[in-house]
Amino acid sequence: MRLFGEDILPLAAEHVVLAVVPVLIGLVISLVLGWWAWRVPAVRRVLVPLTGVLYTIPSLALFVVMPLILGTRILDPLNVAAALVLYAVALLVRTVVDGLDEVPDDVMTAAVAMGYRPGGLLVGVQLPLAVPVLIGGLRVATVSSFSLVAVGAIIGQGALGALFTQGFERFYTAQIVFGLVSIVVLALIFDALWVLVGRLLAPWTRAARGPGRSAAEDDATVGARV
Amino acid sequence: MATICAHKRVAHLSASVRPVIEFRDVGKAYPDGTVALRSLSLTAREGQITVLVGPSGCGKTTTLRMVNRMVDPTSGQVLLDGADVGGRDPAALRRGIGYVIQNAGLFPHRTVLDNVATVPVLLGRSRREARTTAAELLERVGLDPRVGSRYPAQLSGGQQQRVGVARALAGDAPVLLMDEPFSAVDPVVRADLQDELLRLQSDLGRTILFVTHDIDEAIRLGDMVAVLRVGGTLAQFAHPAELLSSPADDFVAEFVGRDRGYRRLQFLGAGELTLTDLPTGPDDGEGGWVLVLDDDRRPVTWRHDGQDVAVGSLYRADGGSLRGALDAALSSPSGRGVAVDGDGRLLGGIDAEAVIALLHRSSDPAGAAR
Amino acid sequence: MLTRIVAWFAAPAQWSSSTGIPARLAEHLGYTALAVLVAAVIAVPIGAWIGHTGRGRLVVVGIANGLRSLPELGVLVLFVLLIGLGLLPVVLALMLLAIPPLLAGTYSGVAGVDPAAVDAARGMGMTERQILLEVELPNALPLIVAGLRTATLQVVATATIAAYVSLGGLGRYIVDGQAQRDFAQMAGGAILVAVLAIVLELALQALGRAVAPGRPGDRAARRVAAFLAARGSDRSSDPDRSSGPDPSSGPDVVPVPAPSGRTAP
Repeated sequence: MRLFGEDILPLAAEHVVLAVVPVLIGLVISLVLGWWAWRVPAVRRVLVPLTGVLYTIPSLALFVVMPLILGTRILDPLNVAAALVLYAVALLVRTVVDGLDEVPDDVMTAAVAMGYRPGGLLVGVQLPLAVPVLIGGLRVATVSSFSLVAVGAIIGQGALGALFTQGFERFYTAQIVFGLVSIVVLALIFDALWVLVGRLLAPWTRAARGPGRSAAEDDATVGARV
Repeated sequence: MATICAHKRVAHLSASVRPVIEFRDVGKAYPDGTVALRSLSLTAREGQITVLVGPSGCGKTTTLRMVNRMVDPTSGQVLLDGADVGGRDPAALRRGIGYVIQNAGLFPHRTVLDNVATVPVLLGRSRREARTTAAELLERVGLDPRVGSRYPAQLSGGQQQRVGVARALAGDAPVLLMDEPFSAVDPVVRADLQDELLRLQSDLGRTILFVTHDIDEAIRLGDMVAVLRVGGTLAQFAHPAELLSSPADDFVAEFVGRDRGYRRLQFLGAGELTLTDLPTGPDDGEGGWVLVLDDDRRPVTWRHDGQDVAVGSLYRADGGSLRGALDAALSSPSGRGVAVDGDGRLLGGIDAEAVIALLHRSSDPAGAAR
Repeated sequence: MLTRIVAWFAAPAQWSSSTGIPARLAEHLGYTALAVLVAAVIAVPIGAWIGHTGRGRLVVVGIANGLRSLPELGVLVLFVLLIGLGLLPVVLALMLLAIPPLLAGTYSGVAGVDPAAVDAARGMGMTERQILLEVELPNALPLIVAGLRTATLQVVATATIAAYVSLGGLGRYIVDGQAQRDFAQMAGGAILVAVLAIVLELALQALGRAVAPGRPGDRAARRVAAFLAARGSDRSSDPDRSSGPDPSSGPDVVPVPAPSGRTAP
């Protein structure tokens, strides 16, 4: 499908891959780092503020300095992907720690008293109970990732973001609006997918939704980044 | 309403019952210098409910948690069936000990049935087998098996606590640790749960170590009660009747409470109580009060000047205590309590003076404790 | 590579000319301050009103969630095309991005004030206006500052992109460096933006701590707390206040042993 002189579908597919894959990689890294930080207070004191600072670095700046860190070429798509992994980690480490904190003390006490070992406790009790918080974090990370990919267009690596730069150069408003709508729609589709995954993995939250949970999720999703 | 007699098994013979949990000079000090427990020696015997009671900060929960190694002592030994628990793998040890805590600590992400099935599954039994056991246990603790498919958050506090007890029983552990299990529910539900525990215990005969800060609960449930004071020293370890009749010191007397004399009545049998005749016919009418009976001679109501007045609490003579007898007398609108037999048929009347007289005669506590 | 970046920073022209670092930094901060200020003037009163009355909650959540999925670059270039080059479209676009966090922060801050404190204030005879200004807003301040922080960082980041639509600011170095294939200039600009963002984050964090409830001098909060204490309530707006004696607390209760083997190896 060609629109505005661009082959849209491959561009959209590239946008999705560039936005979603780094979040998934970031999730895996964050689970490890987050669990470590949750277990060792000293690690938490360093890691959580550090990821907070990392998250404040503007994306364009991070895209540009990635070659310095990775040794990649300036126009390598890996720069954008790696920067997005960093953002996902910056957001999700905190989420994992919060999610593990969320497990009530009573439940932890009962589980330990029943004879769970650390591994079984993590897989059988802690992670399942952290799912609602994790999904909240993944939704924010994914939606902002879709928006961040577009910024990459300024350094020539923005997938659908190219619609913005080209539309701007050609003074073509329709192309920009089309780009806005398509990125928002893609982001919302994946946002809805996470909600669905959350419902499948955490059926108990709908059986009895704790008070304040939905408000907390709403608040958590306010802080997007650029 | 019939008075419920507190049923107590033979406790003053406890020295002959096999010790299951033994604390030997156990102490716990934290690196910051806080001493949770100074030096405690205590034995919980097979098939008995041993209650640890004391004010906040007396180390009772710490003591309990040493049994399943949630806390390790810094001095002394904890023995389970004669072996030091310090040498056991904590997780394996815990799978063999039931544990119930204040807010039940149910897993919110698992159905009630899977919550109860947790320990059997950890012990390697098949999920299906574990669920069958779990369903039986739900009935056993007085729950409709249909709640099994719900999540914990859909249950009331009392129901959750019952599930907590079922979960602790599921591993067939001979030893149960209960840490303030009924403290978070309202008094009516708490009384239900206490009755339920006593009923279960008379079937199962587990060795139970029970922590509470509520002396009434301790006296109600305990075969033996250990009163701890702040800082973790044992103030007295005795049968509840003895605790009420002869507190070891001022601390225990204070802790046991003002009306201990009245509460002690529940441990005194009323077997020799002299019953009086009650006016039951329309002709008697002594002082205007008549007890109306049905065809089986069961009390229905008091009648006074043609008005019906509720009977108040009945005293069941089979196995009733002096407390029940006195309560029947004090709560009766006519001023005279109504004693009935096991089938609810009228035996006679109780005068409060007769209860007091009997109390004077049986003032030797050791002989009166059943 | 690193030596070229250092050389870029060290060039004397960088620190004096009208396109030097101090000038660009001033531009960047200027756009940011202007956009955040306008956004705050709009968002804080609306958020406070919604939080106080409880009306329109869904609107706030809807706006906040809807706007966060908008790609900033697209919004920026669209505004420039619609309005024309210049400061106005850029400030409008930046403001649009700053509104949701400020709105959400103010709303949840005001709505989250302990209802008992508001009730007590009403009971003491405060007018609705006094309740909002003397009780709700002071207690909501930490969350309003948190919203301000998010908004500021978002605007600082997006102001970098503004260079793409021919404006000044630190983003200039990145966009110009890209066009001139001058990587030292790009990296230098990127480092400056990153440092600016981090400094602002730390400054706003400190501000957040300074306005946290329980600080001395907050007369209204103290008055309400005293009233609540006198009334025997254990709930108050101050999270540091303990919630009364708990039979299960105290040294008797040992923290949950984390599976780190702290208590049981």
